[in-house]
Amino acid sequence: MTELAATDPLPKPKRDIAPILLPVALAVVTIPLIGSPSTWLTLTAASLAMGMMIFIMASGLTLVFGLMDVLNFGHGAFIAVGAYVATLVLAPFAASVQADSLWVNLAVLAPAALLSMAVSGALGLIVERVLILPVYGQHLKQILMTTGGLIVAEQTLYALWGPQIIPTPLPTSLRGSFIIGDVAIAKYRVLATLIGLAVFIAIQLVLNRTKLGLLIRAGVENREMVEALGYRIRRLFLGVFMTGSALAGLGGVMWALYREQVHASMSDDLTVLIFIVVIIGGLGSIGGCFIGAILVAMVANYGGFLVPKLALVSNILLMVAILMWRPRGLYAVTSR
Amino acid sequence: MTDLLKLSGVHTHIGRYHILQGIDLSVAQGQTTMLLGRNGAGKTTTLRTIMGLWQASRGEISLAGERIESRTTPDIARLGVGYVPESMAVFSDLTVKENLVLAARDGPLDDSQLEWIFGFFPALRRFWLSRAGSLSGGQKQMLSIARAIIEPRKLLLIDEPTKGLAPAIVVALIECLKEIKRKGATILLVEQNFFAARELGDNVLVMDNGTIVHRGDMAALASDVPLQERLLGLSLETHQ
Repeated sequence: MTELAATDPLPKPKRDIAPILLPVALAVVTIPLIGSPSTWLTLTAASLAMGMMIFIMASGLTLVFGLMDVLNFGHGAFIAVGAYVATLVLAPFAASVQADSLWVNLAVLAPAALLSMAVSGALGLIVERVLILPVYGQHLKQILMTTGGLIVAEQTLYALWGPQIIPTPLPTSLRGSFIIGDVAIAKYRVLATLIGLAVFIAIQLVLNRTKLGLLIRAGVENREMVEALGYRIRRLFLGVFMTGSALAGLGGVMWALYREQVHASMSDDLTVLIFIVVIIGGLGSIGGCFIGAILVAMVANYGGFLVPKLALVSNILLMVAILMWRPRGLYAVTSR
Repeated sequence: MTDLLKLSGVHTHIGRYHILQGIDLSVAQGQTTMLLGRNGAGKTTTLRTIMGLWQASRGEISLAGERIESRTTPDIARLGVGYVPESMAVFSDLTVKENLVLAARDGPLDDSQLEWIFGFFPALRRFWLSRAGSLSGGQKQMLSIARAIIEPRKLLLIDEPTKGLAPAIVVALIECLKEIKRKGATILLVEQNFFAARELGDNVLVMDNGTIVHRGDMAALASDVPLQERLLGLSLETHQ
């Protein structure tokens, strides 16, 4: 009966903080390399903002990967569709976008972002039912179907909006920078960072404080057992897929404003970054995805400044390094 | 005694393999039926087929008179079937409490049921807020069983609960299962440990090559050494 009447408390599970320290270490190491503190601060702020936007776009994909075991190569379509829908809302309200008042700007931006999320989420519903449902458990077919879906979505955007780049100017009150001493931090980057943090906290609260979150975490680990407990995981799949698509749409709006332009193939480069983030974070791990997104953005910004010639491959090198250290990503979740 | 579970001519194919080849069995209400057999005989496949995790390709499965062979796993679970898989399948990233909260599908945890479970699984109270992944093998098995009985179930399907556990833990686990049995549970229990089978079983089914080759009283099989050797390849005495 020794085991049943166990008297010794279990050792508290160690909190794995090594991945959390990575971005901090990277930031500290680059201070002497960059030299100028103000440049370093500007690059760090840019990295945080970019990282948050990538996190918003990648968070849905990592849950879809982890929970549904679905390789969705068409995730970029939701990003582009989200961005285009925002232009539909913002164009007729150009005067409000150019107004000096922050509240007037936000009164247009918020509905644009919400509509983009709704349309991307609805598109997610269609994609899951039409493209993914018939190929659950068949990775090769998933790649073919979702890649095909991405091409169809891109070509549809070309057909509807044409091949030209559509400008999406930042609202007036979000232009410019906060100047602190000789450091300039772009206002929009601060807003993007705050929105990214809010999304991260909201996802963490849902995952850790609600029964729905418990189900998602359990489903990422063992879908079969969740079903054996009487839960219809297919509905959960659909809900997570739609939420992930909606978040991608939100990320698309934010990225379009960040770049101040929209075009049909805007998600091509982003998709590569997002997949790198999902892989190095650990499939299905929101915490890993968050840290991975910051790392990828830091490497892109610091690397682009220090060694511009390495900018194209820096994130691939980062992925190789992290997978050599932790082959299943920073925070491995699934047993797959 | 009425049959709670009945399988008639059940076949199961996994890929190109024909695993269950016409299973006929019944599990009586309030009884513990042991499912014995060599490795690869089809015992786990039988439980998974009942649970809907693998679809029966032919045959009928009924629970309390209701046909379930074409129902989905969640629907079967909602009819009151608790499942303890061979792998235990506790959610290692979740705490003990969270595992049980999830298992209590119909509402908040019932305090009296929880106290009853803590009565024979005291380790679960102690490690209530610990991650399930940090428990020992025996404690994970307790959690897996607790998850299956946290709400009243009509039928418990338990797959090799003593596998890989230390002898002292096995004895403790048998006592726990006896307690669950005393509360009137109907159990279909796959077991390789003959000592456990003899202690717990009212009835026995022996499988070989995807079919039932023997059915009868557990006590009768336990006392018939030649029959044990013929059906299972070794006797209870030899095993002990």
